[in-house]
Amino acid sequence: MAQGTPGDEIIICRDVNKWFGSFHVLRGVDLTVKKGEVLVIFGPSGSGKSTFIRTINRLEEHQRGTIIVDGIELSNDIRNIEAIRSEVGMVFQSFNLFPHLSVLDNVSLAPMWVRKWPRDKAEQTARELLKRVGIPEQADKYPGQLSGGQQQRVAIARALAMQPKIMLFDEPTSALDPEMIKEVLDVMTQLAKSGMTMLCVTHEMGFARGVADRMVFFDNGQIIEQGKPNQIFDNPQHDRTKLFLSQILH
Amino acid sequence: MATVTDTIKPPRSSVGPTGWLRKNLFSSWLNSLLTILALWLIYNLMIGLWGFFSTAQWGVVTANLRLFMAGRYPIEQIWRVEVCVSILVFLLGASWRAWGGIMGQMGMAVGGLLVLLALLPFETNSRLYLLGNVGLLAIGFGAASLIRTRRLWTALWLLSPFVMAALLYGGFADLPVVATDLWGGLLLTFVFAVTGIALSFPLGVLLAVGRQSSYPVIRWFCILYIELVRGVPLITVLFAATLLFPIFLPEGVTVERVVRSIAGFVAFTAAYNAEIVRGGLQAIGRGQNEAAMALGLNPLQTLWLIILPQAIRSVIPAIVGQFVSLFKDTSLVAIVGALELAGIANSVIQQQAFLGRQTEVIVFIAAIYFVGCYAMTYASRRLEKRLGVGER
Repeated sequence: MAQGTPGDEIIICRDVNKWFGSFHVLRGVDLTVKKGEVLVIFGPSGSGKSTFIRTINRLEEHQRGTIIVDGIELSNDIRNIEAIRSEVGMVFQSFNLFPHLSVLDNVSLAPMWVRKWPRDKAEQTARELLKRVGIPEQADKYPGQLSGGQQQRVAIARALAMQPKIMLFDEPTSALDPEMIKEVLDVMTQLAKSGMTMLCVTHEMGFARGVADRMVFFDNGQIIEQGKPNQIFDNPQHDRTKLFLSQILH
Repeated sequence: MATVTDTIKPPRSSVGPTGWLRKNLFSSWLNSLLTILALWLIYNLMIGLWGFFSTAQWGVVTANLRLFMAGRYPIEQIWRVEVCVSILVFLLGASWRAWGGIMGQMGMAVGGLLVLLALLPFETNSRLYLLGNVGLLAIGFGAASLIRTRRLWTALWLLSPFVMAALLYGGFADLPVVATDLWGGLLLTFVFAVTGIALSFPLGVLLAVGRQSSYPVIRWFCILYIELVRGVPLITVLFAATLLFPIFLPEGVTVERVVRSIAGFVAFTAAYNAEIVRGGLQAIGRGQNEAAMALGLNPLQTLWLIILPQAIRSVIPAIVGQFVSLFKDTSLVAIVGALELAGIANSVIQQQAFLGRQTEVIVFIAAIYFVGCYAMTYASRRLEKRLGVGER
């Protein structure tokens, strides 16, 4: 069990507020995530859902409230931030692979420099992860030579190489061609089944229905409604949720 | 079902030599006129060149060859320069074997040049020395076949400038000091260019990074420095370094003129390099930084492993352009009294025995500058291609 955390709650957010200039993006978000839980966070664009998950590894700073990740409270202490970042993996909409490094180096870089693993161990782990995401044969290529779906799977392997306790997905399939979405979702599904704690900002409702333990609807920087997928899909409580779902489920 | 149409050859009249001539040289009356004009110009140029080369007397170059190569470096110590050349030739031979590619081509070019020079009617000792260096090239090649660890050869390359500087300067183990004010000619040009490039590049990168720093003191210092230096002509910086700078030194401390001029060069070029590198830094998306941070890399690791390699790769052509420019600008130090290649040429032209032979001298040093610059741009093109692997 993580140090100082009550129960098996791995992320605790209380009254999280953030402003971009004078624009109030996050308005008192309260959310608790248990170990092994898979959350799908959805909502209209500009509702603050991406900003919210980016506060969890401090890519965005929150200006009021508390965020505790794996027993460590996020503060301005850079050591805390780096400790949390090495426990929290993140996958971006635009992949953000390192174009000057081979696929293998992309995956083995952080374990070597942050975890101080020897090269052999890091590369062996990297190869195993590439096998797990289904592209062991691409190890020596460069990101620019891969398809979008393959790049996103490398990005997932790169995040997993740090052996994180939590994985954040920020619209992982939004930049992909339709025929490549499934290969990425398959990897995410497999990861969810292995017991990883996951926060996914996504509009893949099939994924949400099949895999998510809980769905969280964001609007205007607030959590409007949350619940199990069948509850959200079949019996949403709020009008805003109903309207949004009717617009994306044609 | 649709069938694929057979490929058809292009019409006959648009291919072949006649087609090429018609398309490229005589496609309209204006183009025909320009072609004839160009042919006339080329003819005249050829006549002029023939006129020069058939009557040129290279005695002014051969008689002053030592001056051109090493300036006033004392003749009884000149073996130290020769040893330095041999060290470089040996390392080049080893690198030819260890890396191949551009090193192989450089090795072949230098080997060919050495053989060619050995065939010219120099005195026997010089020719033996040249041939000895060809042998050394081969020995280096052989040594690298035996010891294949590239890391060793890299280390030796990095060590070699210090060894050579110590050897050339002396002042230890019975080697008399040869002050840098006595160094000259091509030797001095190389010293300027190599130290100028080797020091101004990292300094430029530091300034570029500093200019983007979130600490205002560092950022403002870098901006001030860069803008100040870029607003001043190089020759002014050199004057300041050679004439003004000594005034600020405490009494009894002297810095040799050559060292002061190098400092001026480095200070000047670093500012330009900084702006070039800054352009490269700005071209890198925020996503790279975020991805690196999200993995837990600290800011220094992010800069060193992720940002700088990409930034520098994208500015290689511009940076090499800056280096070429520095190499040629070394000729300006003649004005502040350091006799590098151009300075030596200027003094050779004044010799009574060779009055009126300035064209030969200028053609000779121009050829040397050209070879140096071309080698740099060629190497940069190769490097770009090699590093371009996996470009987005």
